[in-house]
Amino acid sequence: MSDLGAHASAELTADSTAELRQETMVINMGPQHPSTHGVLRLLLELDGETVVSCEPIVGYLHTGIEKNVEYRTWQQGVAFVTRADYLSPFFNELAYCLAAEKLLGIEAPPRAQLLRVLFCEMNRIASHLVWLATSGMELGAISMMLYGFREREQILDIFEAATGLRMNHAYVRIGGVVMDLPEGSTGRVGDFLETMTGRIDEYERLLTKNPIWIQRNAGIGVLPAGDALAFGVTGPTLRASGVARDVRRDEPYAGYETFEFDVVTREGADCYARYAVRIEEMRQSLRIVEQCLERLREPGPVMVEDPKVRWPAVLEVGPDGIGNAPSYITHIMEESMEALIHHFKMVTEGISVPAGEVYVPVESPRGELGFYVVADGSNRPSKIKIRDPSFANLQAVPEMVRGGLVADTIAVIASVDPVMGGVDR
Amino acid sequence: MTAAQLAERVRARSSDVVVQRGEAMLVVERDELLEVLAWLRDDPELRLDFLSSVTATDRPGHEPRFWVVYELYSGEHRHRLRVKVGATEEAPRVPTVTGLFPTADWHERETYDFYGIVFDGHPNLRRILLPDDWEGFPLRKTEELGGVNTRYHGAFIPPVDRRTS
Repeated sequence: MSDLGAHASAELTADSTAELRQETMVINMGPQHPSTHGVLRLLLELDGETVVSCEPIVGYLHTGIEKNVEYRTWQQGVAFVTRADYLSPFFNELAYCLAAEKLLGIEAPPRAQLLRVLFCEMNRIASHLVWLATSGMELGAISMMLYGFREREQILDIFEAATGLRMNHAYVRIGGVVMDLPEGSTGRVGDFLETMTGRIDEYERLLTKNPIWIQRNAGIGVLPAGDALAFGVTGPTLRASGVARDVRRDEPYAGYETFEFDVVTREGADCYARYAVRIEEMRQSLRIVEQCLERLREPGPVMVEDPKVRWPAVLEVGPDGIGNAPSYITHIMEESMEALIHHFKMVTEGISVPAGEVYVPVESPRGELGFYVVADGSNRPSKIKIRDPSFANLQAVPEMVRGGLVADTIAVIASVDPVMGGVDR
Repeated sequence: MTAAQLAERVRARSSDVVVQRGEAMLVVERDELLEVLAWLRDDPELRLDFLSSVTATDRPGHEPRFWVVYELYSGEHRHRLRVKVGATEEAPRVPTVTGLFPTADWHERETYDFYGIVFDGHPNLRRILLPDDWEGFPLRKTEELGGVNTRYHGAFIPPVDRRTS
């Protein structure tokens, strides 16, 4: 009897587990999930805790930026594209303006290029800080979130002082930048440099050798270099797979060839390697910022002189914020009819850009951000296409999470650092 | 390789190549697209094995109406080439390049979503950014910008594209 009973129960167990194995569960992660970094939705097929397949579903943040820009003047385009990848506004602006400048056949003056580099690198640090803060939070290192956002706030304060806004600055303009640094900015950047170096060391003391951090990241979400390239992955995610590719070094723009910095790579190809790459990239950005400060001692124009290109404005910070200087208002309103006509034409009609097409890539915090811009000779772009790095990088996520645990999916998404504003545009 | 040298090298096989503003651009026929892209990818001197982006342009009334645009990059040689293939209004179809470049998957879906270009042989050609039941292809020049008609205190504020010239 007992023999028979044991046999029967063994059979039952084998049968039922076989049946259970066949059944996988499909669940939605997102779009309203705090750790999917915005409105990313993942359709996960699970076998117990193991991910069998994963399909990222995007588009929840589509705002039609590319279509909208076709209906705006060339200068207005800046204010639209800056809103695409909202964590790297300066990069969107820069790539768009470089494309327009290439079509126009002009180059921004050296000081403008310096300011562009300065703000881009500060922006890279701010963006990496958001990534570090949110990744830390998602994996249980809550203190990292507090520290990360604390330092980012310092950077945003500097941005606000110089551009009037914490995000979506529209600071980089066709032909240069909108205005020079306000009084005392370089000092503030210098102070930030001084504290930040030590702060990065503190983050590392908190995480780099932390056993839980290592357990959650090392060996997780492995993406070999070959796969990464096939999926179109760029930026820190690619460099963490051992491929030393960086647009700043490979196809320099805005004078990057004159700066000293290292292209950071790691061989791990996992979440931990991506962490290590971004931490070191922040240090490299600080190096570049330091070189910028040194060179910014030289004064100079921050916008091309050509009145047919430059934005007709002399901006100043007044008691009520940034606006046209009273002297400029007096000039166009009371002194010169020609200046008023010119101002009116430039603001309403804008500039006309010769027909042609260009593709301009820059190295954003997430990888190759490319702008394909087509001009038809009119005062509006005929077409712009934003090649956003997050869009391509997300395609590799299914490959990275397959066979892993659900909990690791969180670590993988965090390590890719997608920004849905850029993905969906 | 500079754009001019690159164009020279490509011209040996495909004649329709130009250099504008320092960028090399190649126009190919639809039938030879896959063959040419495979050659560009595998040729040791070109090694254009990284597909940055796929998109399209639309000019109604022109022949062909659409151009599908591929941005290729070589990490080894650090040069870029743009490849374009035409698609007509009646049959906006081109073969998919997902077999050569897996990254083309989402880029082609986006191009289909925005312009209605059909990529023959694509494994999963569905809309990607717009809702599945969206009607029309919004980045075509024949589509309006849209927007929300606004009424406030009796005033009518039309969508933005009808406010300006």
